[in-house]
Amino acid sequence: MISLHVNGKVYQVDVSNDTPLLWVLRDALNLKGTKYSCGIGECGSCTVHIDGKAVRSCTISVGEVQRKKIITIEGLPENHPVKQAWIKEQVPQCGYCQPGVIMQVAALLSQKAPLNADQVIAKMDDVICRCGTYPRIKKGIETAIQMTKREVKKS
Amino acid sequence: MTTSMTRRAFLKSSLAAAGLTIGVSVTPFGPRLLNASEVDSFSPNAFFKITPDNKIAIFVANSEMGQGVLTALSMIIAEELEADWKQLRVRQAPAGDEYKNPLLGAQVVGGSTSVRGFYEPMRKAGAAGRAVLIKAAAETWKVPEDECKAFNCAVKHAKSGRTLTYGQLCLKAAKLQIPQEPPLKNEKDFRYIGKSMPRVDLPEKVSGKAVFGLDMALKDLHYAVIARPPAFGAKPLSYDEKRAEQIKGVQKVLSVPMGIAVCAKSTSAALKGRDALKVKWDKGVFPDLDNDYLEKSLMEDLNKPGKSVVNTGEANKAIREANKKIEATYYAPYVAHATMEPMNCTAYVGNDRCEVWAPTQAQTDAREAASKVSGLPKEKVNVYTTSMGCGLGRRLTPDFVSEAVTISKAVGKPVKVMWTREEDIKYDVFRAPCSHRIEAGLDAQGQLVGWSHKLVSPSIGGVKDGIDFFCLWGLADAPDSPMWNNRIQYEIPNLSIEFLISSLPPPVSFWRSVQNGPNAFVIESFVDELAHAAGKDPLEFRLQSLKNNMRARRVLETVAEKAGWGKAIPKGEGRGIAQHACFGTWTAQVAEISVDKKDGAIKVHRIVAAVDCGPVVNPDPLIAQIEGGIIISLSTALKEEVKFANGGVKSSNFNDYKILKMSETPEIEVHIVKSTEKMGGIGEVGVPAATPAVANAFFNATGVRIRRIPLTPKIVMDALKKV
Repeated sequence: MISLHVNGKVYQVDVSNDTPLLWVLRDALNLKGTKYSCGIGECGSCTVHIDGKAVRSCTISVGEVQRKKIITIEGLPENHPVKQAWIKEQVPQCGYCQPGVIMQVAALLSQKAPLNADQVIAKMDDVICRCGTYPRIKKGIETAIQMTKREVKKS
Repeated sequence: MTTSMTRRAFLKSSLAAAGLTIGVSVTPFGPRLLNASEVDSFSPNAFFKITPDNKIAIFVANSEMGQGVLTALSMIIAEELEADWKQLRVRQAPAGDEYKNPLLGAQVVGGSTSVRGFYEPMRKAGAAGRAVLIKAAAETWKVPEDECKAFNCAVKHAKSGRTLTYGQLCLKAAKLQIPQEPPLKNEKDFRYIGKSMPRVDLPEKVSGKAVFGLDMALKDLHYAVIARPPAFGAKPLSYDEKRAEQIKGVQKVLSVPMGIAVCAKSTSAALKGRDALKVKWDKGVFPDLDNDYLEKSLMEDLNKPGKSVVNTGEANKAIREANKKIEATYYAPYVAHATMEPMNCTAYVGNDRCEVWAPTQAQTDAREAASKVSGLPKEKVNVYTTSMGCGLGRRLTPDFVSEAVTISKAVGKPVKVMWTREEDIKYDVFRAPCSHRIEAGLDAQGQLVGWSHKLVSPSIGGVKDGIDFFCLWGLADAPDSPMWNNRIQYEIPNLSIEFLISSLPPPVSFWRSVQNGPNAFVIESFVDELAHAAGKDPLEFRLQSLKNNMRARRVLETVAEKAGWGKAIPKGEGRGIAQHACFGTWTAQVAEISVDKKDGAIKVHRIVAAVDCGPVVNPDPLIAQIEGGIIISLSTALKEEVKFANGGVKSSNFNDYKILKMSETPEIEVHIVKSTEKMGGIGEVGVPAATPAVANAFFNATGVRIRRIPLTPKIVMDALKKV
């Protein structure tokens, strides 16, 4: 039995230690927002947060993430600035890669030393979108940063 | 989507609640509007239902692949219905024989046909709804209909100040006869059509809740993966079934036509089971197949006689007698679809029915494939369209459907077949490669007088009298093509086009814009060569050869103005232009690039595009489609080529089949030319012109012409060294 801490809940799953986290999230926990696309950490569709950092769930095993805090797209609040910015800028086309893209951007925006839009964009080159939403992803990042700043001001 | 429901049950449950239902069924004789009982028995292309809670449910049959079709078709209905956008709920409808695209004769999303195919029928359906709701209100109030006005899901009688909502009127309206020719709105009164509306499918795609094919969950679902031959036609020599079955979670190993399938309780167990098979394969039917062989074969076939497709005037004579003769050969390689969601399908074959959940662009073909494999008549086969991670034409081929049905039939359980990324690339049906030889003649004034073209390519489908027009699109089109105008636009008095089918083992099929993509690269690069041979500016040369083609001229002039054509450009940079018409839409693009002469890397800085697609329904997703078309085109221009070795496909994943990334994406400006011409397609039309615009910009920057894509650093360095 492996114990996993996902989106604030603790799950016990009967899988071997070396099983990729991706398949446990999808098949065992039915958290299907995290997508499979390449399986070798090349595209970013399966990105989740592990202790606040963006990690490719296809190339990390469940054994490595026990006792760590895992957040998936389902666990990112619906009013999160990145999710809101993605709607505002109408970023997705087919939408398949976007949960992973959103998780990567959200992790970059939550770093202690705030990054500007160009710095975030420069860290997005390991993400693949076949629909070609890159120009919209850039806009989404800029808008999400503005929304985050506004939220900080309000609080 | 997680419960299995027959199509009839789906319709029944959708229609069960009381309310006003209007459907539209597109027949060869035009659209026919249907009432609730007819919707129940015919199942239309689309239908909507207004219920007493004043909500409107819209069901659309066309697959949503990211192009925004659910939103665009709903906007057309909402416009004529005078609906309140906030009251709409839009859903993907299941497959039925009657859900056919009027331009294609099947339920299929291809050829950039959805909005232009359904624009008129959807308007009529919405207008019919408005007409009966107004009639119901007028009868209630006993006032003339023309004193009543519909707006935002309500009918108002201004004189008496009375209002009834659609919800209040729907039961009465449901009893009225649906008019077949309802009055349509004046286009100047449009409030949805032509304005950017947010996509209805995006909230679920951002929250992670959208159900894609791979996300299907069913009770007792078996997860299946298939060990497939590494070389074309290879057969298994041996495999260790027992070892695979010992893996925890593996349920069954079975031999299927496409290889050896492993079913398990989870994806990871199925993958482990497949590894454990340790299959040994023979060498296949063509063990020496590699890229060199394929390219050489296609280039050599240019020396064989072809089949005449177009023969206007006397091309050979005109070229012989011309002041200047120019000749060139071109090549474009195999390209993979590499949709973000790999191929997959979920199926359940029971005793008397077959249920299929598929990310498919072609429900009609999927249903036929499932019927054939299951042995059940089509009426007992239901196909449900899931969300899909890119279409790009790959999902027109129902191979993944046949597999899921085959395995489900064998194990008697619901089965989800998943292809890994490696399988998705290796067992793709690729964009067809092609070789071209063109000769052309210019007169003393630099006018184009003759053009003789030979094209060699594997056949994509639909060969008639030795001609496959899909291979020729962009150059020549079938006389009765529903796609309109996938032919060369230049006014050439003497034109000869020949075609030859090349038989090569790798399978090919439709790829976004079909062969408009590679053919536009060839035509527009060669036209650039002609312009330089004539000593003319590439824009000026194009315009002089498109004297009577107002739509082509307008997009060229627009893009030239917006891009600052003719203005000075920094040293080391280059600017190129290209135009292309396809699927009833005219496009032109200008590319600005720079070339690193030390390593051969091309950097595309900016693409400016102009598009004339006639009237526009939803501008923002339309611009997104053009942006995406440009980006995938740049990817094929600079990076993509499938590698073959040892009789099979060598490319395997995104680490060795590289596609364009964010830092390689230029600034993109899209200009939609205002147009009242016939509506054209959008999903594919951004693709063709970007590649030749870059190739022409490369020539502009370096003075070197490369007649083969992709323009990789190696190909660029080789070309620069030759000079």
